[in-house]
Amino acid sequence: MAKTRKICKTKSGAAVNLLSESVESNRKAVEKTMEEEEELFHTEYAISASEDEAQSDDERKHCKLLEAISSLDGKKRRKLAERSEASTQVSEFTVSAEGAGEKIDLKDLLGTIGPAASSMSSIKKQLNKLQYKNKTLELPLSRQETEKIQRVVAYEKTSKKVTRWDHVVRQNRKAEQLVFPLNQEPGGIKPVEQVVASWKVRTPLELEIFNLLHKNKQPVTDPILTPVEEASLRAMSLEEAKMRRAELQKARALQSYYEARAKRERRIKSKKYHRVLKKAKRKEVLKEFEELRKTNPDAALEELKKMDLSRVEERMSLKHQNSGKWAKSKAIMAKYDDEARKAMQQQLEVNKELTQKLVVPSESEGEEPEEEEEEVLPGFVNEAQPGTDYANPWMQGKLSSDPAELPGEAGGEAEAPALGGAGEESEGEEEEEEDEALLREFEERRRLRKEQEEDILPAEVDKEDAGEEKCEEVEEEDVSEFNSLFQRLVGNKPKTQVAKRAARPPAPQGEGESQEQGKEDSEEREEPPLLDETLTRVQTMEDLEHLEREETLEAEVPEPESTVTGPGTETEEEKPASKAVKRKRKKVIDPEEVLTRQAKVIKVPSAPTAIEDEEGDEEQKMIIKEAFASDDVIADFLKDKQKQTEMSKPKDVDLTLPGWGEWGGVGLKPSKRKRRRFCIKAAPGPPRRDRNLPNVIISEKRDASIAAHQVNDLPFPFSNPTQFERNIRAPIGHNWNTQRTVQKLTAPKVITKMGTIIDPIDEEDLAIDKKPPVKLRIADILLTQEKKGKKNTERKDRRPQNKRRPQKHIDKNQQQKSKKAA
Amino acid sequence: MLCLGQAPKRYWDSQAEAGSKGAGEGQVTERANQRPEKTRRKKIERRGKKLISGKVDPFPGPAPVPKERRQKFERGQKNEVRSLSKGRLKDRLSKTEEKIDLALNQAARSDLLLAEEAGFLVGDEGEDTCTIAQDDIAEAVDITSGAKYFNLSLSQFGPYRIDYTRNGRHLLLGGRLGHVASLDWQSKQLQSEMNVMESVNDVRRVLEGETWLHSENMFAVAQRKWLYIYDNQGVELHCVKKFNDVLRMEFLPYHFLLATASSTGFLQYLDVSVGREVSAICTKNGRLDVMTQNQSNAVVHLGHPTGESETDGTLWSPNQKEPLVKMLCHRGGVRAIAVDKTGTYMVTSGLDRKMKVFDIRSFKPLASYLLPAGATSMTMSQRGLLATCCGDTVQVYKDVCSTPVSRPYMAHHAPGRVWGVQFCPYEDVLGIGHGDGFTSMLVPGAGEANFDALDSNPFRSVKQRQEWEVKALLDKIQPELITLQPSKLGELDTATYQQRHKERVERLGFDPREKEKFEPKLKMKGRSSTGSVQRRKKKIKNEDQRELIKQSLEMKDRADKERKKEEKMTSLGQRSALERFQK
Repeated sequence: MAKTRKICKTKSGAAVNLLSESVESNRKAVEKTMEEEEELFHTEYAISASEDEAQSDDERKHCKLLEAISSLDGKKRRKLAERSEASTQVSEFTVSAEGAGEKIDLKDLLGTIGPAASSMSSIKKQLNKLQYKNKTLELPLSRQETEKIQRVVAYEKTSKKVTRWDHVVRQNRKAEQLVFPLNQEPGGIKPVEQVVASWKVRTPLELEIFNLLHKNKQPVTDPILTPVEEASLRAMSLEEAKMRRAELQKARALQSYYEARAKRERRIKSKKYHRVLKKAKRKEVLKEFEELRKTNPDAALEELKKMDLSRVEERMSLKHQNSGKWAKSKAIMAKYDDEARKAMQQQLEVNKELTQKLVVPSESEGEEPEEEEEEVLPGFVNEAQPGTDYANPWMQGKLSSDPAELPGEAGGEAEAPALGGAGEESEGEEEEEEDEALLREFEERRRLRKEQEEDILPAEVDKEDAGEEKCEEVEEEDVSEFNSLFQRLVGNKPKTQVAKRAARPPAPQGEGESQEQGKEDSEEREEPPLLDETLTRVQTMEDLEHLEREETLEAEVPEPESTVTGPGTETEEEKPASKAVKRKRKKVIDPEEVLTRQAKVIKVPSAPTAIEDEEGDEEQKMIIKEAFASDDVIADFLKDKQKQTEMSKPKDVDLTLPGWGEWGGVGLKPSKRKRRRFCIKAAPGPPRRDRNLPNVIISEKRDASIAAHQVNDLPFPFSNPTQFERNIRAPIGHNWNTQRTVQKLTAPKVITKMGTIIDPIDEEDLAIDKKPPVKLRIADILLTQEKKGKKNTERKDRRPQNKRRPQKHIDKNQQQKSKKAA
Repeated sequence: MLCLGQAPKRYWDSQAEAGSKGAGEGQVTERANQRPEKTRRKKIERRGKKLISGKVDPFPGPAPVPKERRQKFERGQKNEVRSLSKGRLKDRLSKTEEKIDLALNQAARSDLLLAEEAGFLVGDEGEDTCTIAQDDIAEAVDITSGAKYFNLSLSQFGPYRIDYTRNGRHLLLGGRLGHVASLDWQSKQLQSEMNVMESVNDVRRVLEGETWLHSENMFAVAQRKWLYIYDNQGVELHCVKKFNDVLRMEFLPYHFLLATASSTGFLQYLDVSVGREVSAICTKNGRLDVMTQNQSNAVVHLGHPTGESETDGTLWSPNQKEPLVKMLCHRGGVRAIAVDKTGTYMVTSGLDRKMKVFDIRSFKPLASYLLPAGATSMTMSQRGLLATCCGDTVQVYKDVCSTPVSRPYMAHHAPGRVWGVQFCPYEDVLGIGHGDGFTSMLVPGAGEANFDALDSNPFRSVKQRQEWEVKALLDKIQPELITLQPSKLGELDTATYQQRHKERVERLGFDPREKEKFEPKLKMKGRSSTGSVQRRKKKIKNEDQRELIKQSLEMKDRADKERKKEEKMTSLGQRSALERFQK
């Protein structure tokens, strides 16, 4: 029975649960008694059945007897005196209605089986077990209830989902201005960087260009300097930069000059000239070797070894053995052509020379040095400038600007000995003289040609003209010109620099050629990038700053001096000033004083002629008194004021009713006590504005016309009236503000772009808007930059990146957020 | 293909560090030399934005605005934002403060554009400036300024009253004997001249333009009986017969109001933009022949002799039938009043030959002077010079309000008895109307040096004037807003709802909340008999009241029931035997 009840039990409240528990605890006790009862009933029932069948009195009597006996011991007494109603036990349809309201229990069924059947006992056990397992399914909830639960859950879910938008909504509410559609690309000029970022290289040409640009670290977008320029800017001061530019100019000019010269020389077709030149050079080398041997035997030995090596090489190769293509063709020609034969012989001679084992190293000089020498430029071009600043990379290994050094350098030129070498001790070889003569001849001829050209192009002459000796002079002139130019350019601080340079030990000149050459080589290597450079900025900000500071310093310096020199005067000046201040303070008019005090008499130089002002004050007063004798103006005024103040005072409310609690009638007044009791005293109003002004009455009447325009209720976010009043204290009209300010102050809260679809906010915006949205228009930015400055720019930089953030990131973020929320 | 999706790496990315290092080194070297300089530079660096070149902007941020210049545009106290807790209020307040600050700065910056400076006449050592004759001044100054000193001898039609336009370009002369002339006084070009053939009491220019579009300029003339309005050609436009016996007039330019004071003691306001009388106030002060306006709040100041009333100075607005302020300034009545442009000071002169200065924000007397002869008319210039005249002398005082003065700044003898004086706006000129015509007197430092071209431009063209007319009409301030303290408009009204409702009813003339009275419909066939009408009325009578009562009763009932039910429920179980006796 308890079980059935349990099934009915819903999963509803805890109270019900408690109830069921208590029922459970009682259950066992109840069950026991019930069982007993049942047993009794069974017996009874059995009896009644037999009664029906047999209808014998004996049995009944026997039964009664048995009962009586059994009841004798008193233990199992049974009251049968009470009679139950038949209908409850036996229905009309001969079906026992006992326990009609209750469901059939398993026990009821099992009870019939009886204990005898042993085979059934196992089943009984099993059934009992089943019974105790107590496995009943709970009833499914009703549709309404399930739906309710579902709704609750769904609500929670959605609200959680929606909270993700809170931030965005808050931001948008807070925003001073919203421009719809949201996430509009800001109009106007976009930074190129942004444009480029989304652009992809397609064609190979573009690819190449971009590669180049990136390799050079060329700034693609900004009109700012390249890194190299940057470095140079950082390295140079203004004067240095000037010097550097001058140097570069000079170097460029020289370079072009020497290039032109080399070109010209290369163009000379005369073999004889070349031959002579070569010979001269070879001789020169030889001479040098001789010298070297004298001065530095080790180096000479080295040289010798080198020559030996070349001999070996020559012997190994067939270079000069007339076995080449050229030689073969010559060999054919040699029959008929003298020159060809000569050339062949010459080559053979060379071979012989080279292969000859020499004790005295003389002619065998490789071709490489010759070539080098051809390329070599005069030393003074690349001569290191005795720079002042060793830390400055630009000042190292630079040109000299000293014209004084030039002649010596020119003397040390590579070519010079071939031309002006007469002064030196020579071996007096005829060949050499011949050569020289030939060269001179060439030069003469060329000069003549040049002179003809000069007439046409006089401007170019200086650089183009290059006679050997003349050329030398011209060169020198040119160089000196450059130098003078350079000097002029550098002229800003020439003396100090010159002095410094002088102080520095001059660069050793008489060192070996190899050293010089090395130096030159290294400089040649350095040259190209230097020449490529372009200088854009002449003066740096730092310099400006320095200048400014100097100025300010200069300006500031005299001030303290003046204060120092004239302290006495200063204080003297101060004292009167302070006195004046004091006097002023004294002079501030006290109204009371003024009221009581006699008026100040003003002396007028040009008195009115129409009115005679000879009359005395008293006389005037008398006249006035006489005129207004009848009315006491002041008393009247005070009376009026009194009246006004009375009027404006809040009045007491008298609530006394005559006749209540006492006699009433005509001429009877309510008692004083009563009046006092029923009179409501009004609170004193605010103090009058004119309470301290005896001669003024200010109307305290409320101005209704103004009140109609005033704000009645405190608007929403404000917590007190002063806050609100201060918030609206500044006018926003164009009469009081500049145009720009008016625009900003009256900017609309929402701007929609005409003709565009305004989409609802996207999920994507959610991620973007986590940072405060930068929805400022250009004008706003300009205005607000004053304060924000740095922040703004940072944001601007960041923004495009955010936009390009892939969707995955957003999802992750969302997940994280939802997790946190969970 | 090369994709440039990523932001290209910039060469300065790596160099920024190096640059900062370099800067640091520079500082180290500097430290040895100059200490203060270094700190200064550091400060700048902290403030300034770093340039890509590694240099620092020596003047970072916007140029600072001097404090005193800012103070000029300061408006009230700031809201305390910092103490607030974070929230919507704080956000809003701080934003507003920012905006106000910005506006302040911008205004202070643009103040720089007011390039003109004002100066005063300075005498030699020991020389009194008031002894310097006009002829000497006219000789000393440049020709154009010198030409501004001139005399018009108009001896025929008696003493003249004068008025300048707001931009100081035109002059109106009104002779007592009916001679009215308007002229461009700088070019001395006569616009119109006529004789009204009536005795003229006062003339006042109604600034150019108003509602009647066909007219260019208009002026009002208070004639013997009525008030007339003429255009600049001297054609009579209106004869306003509601305004009779007008003695003095003041025009309130921003309200388009013509305030008139009559000999009958009436103060009347005429809205010239719509031609409507705004209000007529009986001052009960007798003949009103002293009048001026406070330009800052458009309150009219009246002066009158004591006798009929106990006061001699009153302040009026068109919205109140009683004076805003009553004052007793002098013994025996006020003869002249002048209020300065800022509305801070009022100067009165009375029959007792005294001249008193009041602060009209607090109505406290500041100074009192005894003039040799009491001033009959006074006026104040834009820059605070005070001109007084008595008899044929005109004296100009400097700084009367702030410091006690012992002698006038300038003085001049007019050829005849002075009747009206006025300073010309934006010019260093004082116009004097006297019995012998008109004198234009040079008073250095009188006029405002910088004019607001959008407000009153002395050099405006016809087109500009027309444009201005339209704008001014659009910006017209309603007469209801005239009050002693205009700042009150920005304050919260703390009156109760009942009071406000009462005021509203008064203002509207009816109660908007009141229900319409029930009027039974007329029915035919005898159903509209008196009895049935009464019955119907009875049905409707107090219907809403009944409804209310019904509702309240229902509510009560329901509450009662609920209470009882609850009691029953709770008490059934634990009711003790004795509880049944409990009432």
